[in-house]
Amino acid sequence: MTATTTAAERIDHLDLLESHAIFIIREVAAECERPVLLFSGGKDSAVLLHLAVKAFAPSKLPFPIMHVDTGHNFDEVIAFRDSVIESLGERLIVAKVQDSIDAGRVVDPGPDGMRNRLQTVTLLDAITENRFDAAFGGARRDEDKARAKERVLSFRNSFGEWDPRRQRPELWQLYQGKVSGGEHLRCFPLSDWTELDIWQYIEREGIELPSIYYAHTRDVIQRDGMLLSLSDWVKPRPGEVSKNETVRFRTVGDATCTGAVLSGADTIDQIIVETASSRISERGATRADDRFSETAMEDRKREGYF
Amino acid sequence: MPIADLDVSPVVNLLRFATIGSVDDGKSTVIGRLLVDTRQLFDDQFDAVVEASRNRGVGDVDLSFVTDGLRAEREQGITIDVAYRYAATPRRKFVIADCPGHVQYTANMATGASTADLALVVVDATSGVKEQTRRHLCIAALLGVRQLIVCANKMDRVGWSEKAFDNVVAEMEQLSATLGIESLTVIPISALYGDNVVEASSAAPFYDGPTVLEALEAAPTGGWAGTHGDDVTRAARLPVQWILRHPGGGRSYAGMVDGAPLRVGEDVTVLPQGLRSTVSAIETPAGPAEEALVGLSVSVSLSDDLDVSRGDLIVGSGDLPTVTSEFTATVCWFTPTPLRANTRYRIKHTTRSTPAMIASVDARLDVNDLNLVPVDELLINEIGVVTITTASPLAVDIYAHNRITGSFVLIDEATNVTVAAGMVGPPLLLNGE
Repeated sequence: MTATTTAAERIDHLDLLESHAIFIIREVAAECERPVLLFSGGKDSAVLLHLAVKAFAPSKLPFPIMHVDTGHNFDEVIAFRDSVIESLGERLIVAKVQDSIDAGRVVDPGPDGMRNRLQTVTLLDAITENRFDAAFGGARRDEDKARAKERVLSFRNSFGEWDPRRQRPELWQLYQGKVSGGEHLRCFPLSDWTELDIWQYIEREGIELPSIYYAHTRDVIQRDGMLLSLSDWVKPRPGEVSKNETVRFRTVGDATCTGAVLSGADTIDQIIVETASSRISERGATRADDRFSETAMEDRKREGYF
Repeated sequence: MPIADLDVSPVVNLLRFATIGSVDDGKSTVIGRLLVDTRQLFDDQFDAVVEASRNRGVGDVDLSFVTDGLRAEREQGITIDVAYRYAATPRRKFVIADCPGHVQYTANMATGASTADLALVVVDATSGVKEQTRRHLCIAALLGVRQLIVCANKMDRVGWSEKAFDNVVAEMEQLSATLGIESLTVIPISALYGDNVVEASSAAPFYDGPTVLEALEAAPTGGWAGTHGDDVTRAARLPVQWILRHPGGGRSYAGMVDGAPLRVGEDVTVLPQGLRSTVSAIETPAGPAEEALVGLSVSVSLSDDLDVSRGDLIVGSGDLPTVTSEFTATVCWFTPTPLRANTRYRIKHTTRSTPAMIASVDARLDVNDLNLVPVDELLINEIGVVTITTASPLAVDIYAHNRITGSFVLIDEATNVTVAAGMVGPPLLLNGE
């Protein structure tokens, strides 16, 4: 066994981020009655799940895993989700936006409409139905200016709303997770991680990801300044021409609003170099849903978005 | 090996700092300038700041929009809550907590400063150090911040007057002495034009010190142990978070190590029970280890079958915390209802929560002259000294000796809101006097 440390060895930046995240996960699991871990199959939730498994090894997770499924998925991501959950032998709850549409809770935006914002209703309904009082998410503060303002344990009232003007004080590492009936917390153990930290950690730990994070060829169209992958929900509109390009995804979300980036990076090392030298932010390069207004993320978060 | 020779702080080239300053002195603009000039901002983020500035009619680029990301903040041109930003230069990594300056957001400022190694203070050189800056400096010092980098900002507005700069230096030197600050660097800057933030400027020939970035890159890191030297606790503290059950029997105790490393074979005491045992195994996130370094989330197995549960404290060989159900503490009160004697709250200390009673409110700290004034209640955003009794005993250290075992929060049992931040012992400022 070579994992034994000696006094001469040092802890690095990733070790501290890792331990801090594990500390938060254990603290919430201990203080809350019914936590759930939100898992989208993206890189951040893959890291989050990896950390949760470490936090409770050799035991099983003391909470279930939930995927909020917009129905507009990349096949590779669903295949990855199912194989990860199966190999861990953990519980997966799938909350489907389609069910919310069928139940008349939200209006179907149409065959090529974006379902990203609809997820909020599905998520909040699932939280209420399962009486979850805490939901772990993989959000990071470096993603967006509203997220940069959010606490690690972020309080949601009984309507699921975030009030950025009335956040709980959160001093030292005293994470305080008590809520009353109907309220819940969103817990962000990766708050202090950057996109680069995530990739360096994925490399160090050998964490598996959906193949679409690595360079591959794919038919895409240019729309709203983004490269969207052709699929059942994204078809060329008049005037749009599809092209076969070598691309990869920097983020994974609803397939109708998650763009690919032109990239030949097909190994982690190449992705790390690409990430370190990128001049465009992760969400700026890939997310149409943040482009509607100056405070799109804040507005969605106030309603109860991730 | 003598314990004093052990290197307790992991060497991580990471500096956490919080900004301090009064409204409109330019805190967020300094951070915006720092991030823009070190190219930490992505192009699309910068474009968004430019566009938002134009839309709101505040000129070509309002750098404060880099961190003031909330709608209400941009409407009013103020900072309401802490923004966390992450930056890296070839020399080190930074975690930046850009804190609000308004008195009504003191709780948010304390949130940002509670984990800081250093405070970046912004003073408007046209008007000098304001009361709000003194208040927040006082809170930062109480929280244990011992290093200050002070930006004498808006020097362009005073024609780069040496006298205006000297006034800020004199005020800050005097204040630093009373607050127990160990390292003070004052830099004449213009955040608006970028002088001496990242780029050295020739505008202030009387100044030959570092730029803000150079000072940040040179400041000692290492958090608590790095800045509190001889006073710190010298034995490991492991607040138990969770009990891990192993297949085939056996348990281990999960938590984060603080104070000093913990080793396999080390004699430990479990508090508050006072049970003794020996560490038989340590599991770190990287696998089994002989030693658990400070800052790591580990699980430890003990050689005896003891009754240990969440909230207990495993302490290594050496100085023990005090086990008590009554202690004096310094609290910062965050809520509109005044804090009075004989009121009941829940206290969260390390991983233990228990009912607590305010036995007495003893004094209020005057943030201007740093005197303790006898009072019988604390109002919102005031700092004071109280005596607390707890339903079950706590294993506490004086805050100056250990930031983890010396800190707590008070929680309103009806609303679950955190109403106070507390530090075990009298105000940290007065310790040395």
